[in-house]
Amino acid sequence: MSSYRIQGATGEWEVVIGLEVHAQIVSKAKLFSGASAEFGAEPNQNVSLVDAAMPGMLPVPNVECIRQAVKTGMALNAEINRWSRFDRKNYFYADLPQGYQISQLYHPLVGEGAITIDADERSGISEPKTIGIERLHVEQDAGKLMHDQHPTRSYVDLNRSGVALMEIVSRPDMRSPAEAGAYLRKLRSILRYVGSCDGNMEEGSMRADVNVSVRRPGMPFGTRTETKNVNSIRFVMAAIEGEANRQVDVLESGGTIVQETRLYDPDRNETRSMRSKEDAHDYRYFPDPDLLPLELSEDFVAACAAELPELPDAKRARYEGPLGVPAYNAAVITADVETARWFEALLEASGKTSPETAKAASNWLISDLFGALNRLGKDIADSPVSPGQGAELLALVADGTLSGTLAKQVFEIMIETGEDPGKIVEERGLKQTSDTGAIEAVIAEVMAANADKVADYRSGKDKLFGFFVGQTMKAMGGKANPGVVNELLKKALA
Amino acid sequence: MSITDLGIAAIRDGFRNGDFSAAEVADAFNAAVSSARALNAFIIETPDHARFAAEAADKARSAGSLLPLSGVPLGIKDLFCTAGYQTTAASGMLSGFVPTYESTVTARLFGAGAGMLGKLNLDQFAMGSSNETSAFGNVVSPWRRNDGGNAPLAPGGSSGGSSSAIAARIVPAATGTDTGGSIRQPAAFTGIAGIKPTYGRCSRFGIVAFASSLDQAGAMAQDVRDCAILLEAMAGFDPKDSTSLDIAVPAWERELSADLRGKKVGIPKEYRVDGMPEAVDALWSQGIQWLRDAGAEIVDVSLPHTRFALPTYYIIAPAEASSNLARYDGVRYGLRELPEGANLQDMYAATRAAGFGSEVRRRILIGTYVLSAGFYDAYYTKAQKVRALIARDFEQVFQDVDVLLTPTAPSAAFALGEKSADPLEMYLNDVFTVPASLAGLPAMSVPAGLDPQGLPLGLQIIGRPLDEQGVLDVGLAIEQRADFNARPQNWWVK
Repeated sequence: MSSYRIQGATGEWEVVIGLEVHAQIVSKAKLFSGASAEFGAEPNQNVSLVDAAMPGMLPVPNVECIRQAVKTGMALNAEINRWSRFDRKNYFYADLPQGYQISQLYHPLVGEGAITIDADERSGISEPKTIGIERLHVEQDAGKLMHDQHPTRSYVDLNRSGVALMEIVSRPDMRSPAEAGAYLRKLRSILRYVGSCDGNMEEGSMRADVNVSVRRPGMPFGTRTETKNVNSIRFVMAAIEGEANRQVDVLESGGTIVQETRLYDPDRNETRSMRSKEDAHDYRYFPDPDLLPLELSEDFVAACAAELPELPDAKRARYEGPLGVPAYNAAVITADVETARWFEALLEASGKTSPETAKAASNWLISDLFGALNRLGKDIADSPVSPGQGAELLALVADGTLSGTLAKQVFEIMIETGEDPGKIVEERGLKQTSDTGAIEAVIAEVMAANADKVADYRSGKDKLFGFFVGQTMKAMGGKANPGVVNELLKKALA
Repeated sequence: MSITDLGIAAIRDGFRNGDFSAAEVADAFNAAVSSARALNAFIIETPDHARFAAEAADKARSAGSLLPLSGVPLGIKDLFCTAGYQTTAASGMLSGFVPTYESTVTARLFGAGAGMLGKLNLDQFAMGSSNETSAFGNVVSPWRRNDGGNAPLAPGGSSGGSSSAIAARIVPAATGTDTGGSIRQPAAFTGIAGIKPTYGRCSRFGIVAFASSLDQAGAMAQDVRDCAILLEAMAGFDPKDSTSLDIAVPAWERELSADLRGKKVGIPKEYRVDGMPEAVDALWSQGIQWLRDAGAEIVDVSLPHTRFALPTYYIIAPAEASSNLARYDGVRYGLRELPEGANLQDMYAATRAAGFGSEVRRRILIGTYVLSAGFYDAYYTKAQKVRALIARDFEQVFQDVDVLLTPTAPSAAFALGEKSADPLEMYLNDVFTVPASLAGLPAMSVPAGLDPQGLPLGLQIIGRPLDEQGVLDVGLAIEQRADFNARPQNWWVK
């Protein structure tokens, strides 16, 4: 149970949240035409006769888009409907060439499913929580109007017109902005694992309509508003908070909430009314007579299931269990499919892994590698260090060639130059030494130079041991094996 | 006998035999077309296309590489998009619209060696039964009543340009489209043969859509054999139309047989309606006798939901049309009306008010109404249920009989202007043709006799799904016995 409450003037309010996420399907071609679905082309370059709704043009479903949606449905533990149908949603707008959007209202491709969001004490999510998925359906995206190209006219770019979207509708199961954020992060993670959506909210390939209502804890649902097209997780959380507080203010000052569509303004961090239910469109949905019902064969469904990769929850359980990765590390690494892939390549390059090596590798990845990538502002996919190089570095630490300190030095050089750690160690002489003769000679020098401290130590100031270690390591340029230094120092100071 | 008296088979065979060249055929028909403008059968004439195809046919004949329709020129209903040639659907909305693409049906015909004499006039967007809704003026039937009154008569609709041109022998044959009777009724009115195949036989790709679940291209010609030849060249699976049937096209012409021994012909009692002229009833009885003579067994059958077909059709067809015609919005092609200071909504309103004729507007309004919230179930959902019952009626009788014989239309051709003031009376013209359309069945009209005023009457044959052969065979048996050789007086040549 979420303990998130809005403290109103008249008492506590609970927030109820449902999300409708539009996720652009990763595919070469659009949902019903052969035109390219790639992002970033010059305006109107990726437009077929079908997308422009020329007279006599007909839609033909792209099986790849259907496959992606089915796999996504499976990843959401959802029911895959063997029989679904496309409907037309009719309305006029200049970015909608057909005058209708082909969508699925009455018989969606995917039915009931669920997503589990993880516990996150810092965000007030005390335990894992299941968020219901009501449905997933496939539909066409619209084009885009450009109002800044001409003083009095608007231009239309149809590149996006007809691109395949999945609309993923949650149950009103979330009770705080943090839960909504966690749901979106988890959903995005799953979509990226499946490879059905790149989850890139800045480019608009994933956007959310946010349904919010408030109620007294334990009371029936209140009237909801829908805030359209919010395009970042941060904005979704801010929009919920702002909208919920607005509703509480309205209710506490004796008003009522109007069921309406609202827009979120990130600059002012507030939602504002777009249109109320009274002037809502009548979309005149009806089955698209240009398309036959979509019937999935058992073979097709089985093939989709076979293509499904290991998903974040399963991967995390495997990491924590047989692999021996600490729970926190497992959660961080499995949250993002690219990170998990990198980690698994790292383990594979390391050869046979024990729980110790898996733990060491996970620690190194989320501290050293993440730290460096953060500094460089790079994604793990663009890491200057390859998994093979990382494995080599970890092996050099494991076999005693490098101390932790030396390993950090070598890693910095790897980041800068992209060179292999073995080569760096060899060429720059960064190898750790366990040569007892050399170490003993340095210890003798250090003790001679600090005779007073030797006396102090021998008279009981044990804490000075660290001083001698430091001086010895310093004199050896950090390359002495710390274990050997410890051992020899103890003997010499005894 | 002149070349322009010949139909497809006679031209094809005469050309192969070397009786005449394809160029002679094209020139003769091009001349006939340009001398018959009083009929207003064409929206544009395309003599260059016919001549070019003829020259190619003559070369092919020399090279010994003849195609099925080499040397045959055709009229093309102006609902088929033709690359490089204006395509209007007889609407001001598309005046001047020149597609860059070819409909699948015309591509097949031209690929089979046929040439195009011109784009034939029709009811606007194929909505009408008299050709009076064309934005390019109505087509006139070549037929006149023998009462000396000389009232110009309707050629039927919507394929009225096709029917009139064939009856006047200015084209040997033509394409038509049939949504609720648009091939069969004009064929009956003008004393020619016309077949609408099973829904899905011909691709709808590139045909300006009226009602997607009903629209079907078909053949119109002087006789049954020519219909078989033409339909064979038009039909076939097309991956660009999701509703197209992936089934091989039979050799209908080769398999034609007027021997009906062992066949059962059903006579549906519901097609005997009040107020039907005596001549229509008598011809029906005569037709029954002819089929008995051809060896068929006659069976009285019942299609109990027939009386609901017309209202059902006039809900479903306008519903689909209201959505299909939303793309004509003035944004991308065709007419744009942009009054001074107009915003987007104003542009839509002005463009659609100016571009659509009154019958098209009426059907868009009916369709919008029946799909709107609160009325959808009462009209559209109910109509779909009744449609299923009508289809089931046919399924049941086709367990007992092979084909059905009915009149094509409840009367002979009416005078232009006679019914245009009363849309309901106009819609009643389709009473016998819409049931087969709703059930997606193959159906044809063959000329069978004249009424007391000397006007042609047709008989309709309805067959099982995919049994075009059965329909054509019964048509042939009637044709042979009816020996219909009446021709209109040649008043139109200038």
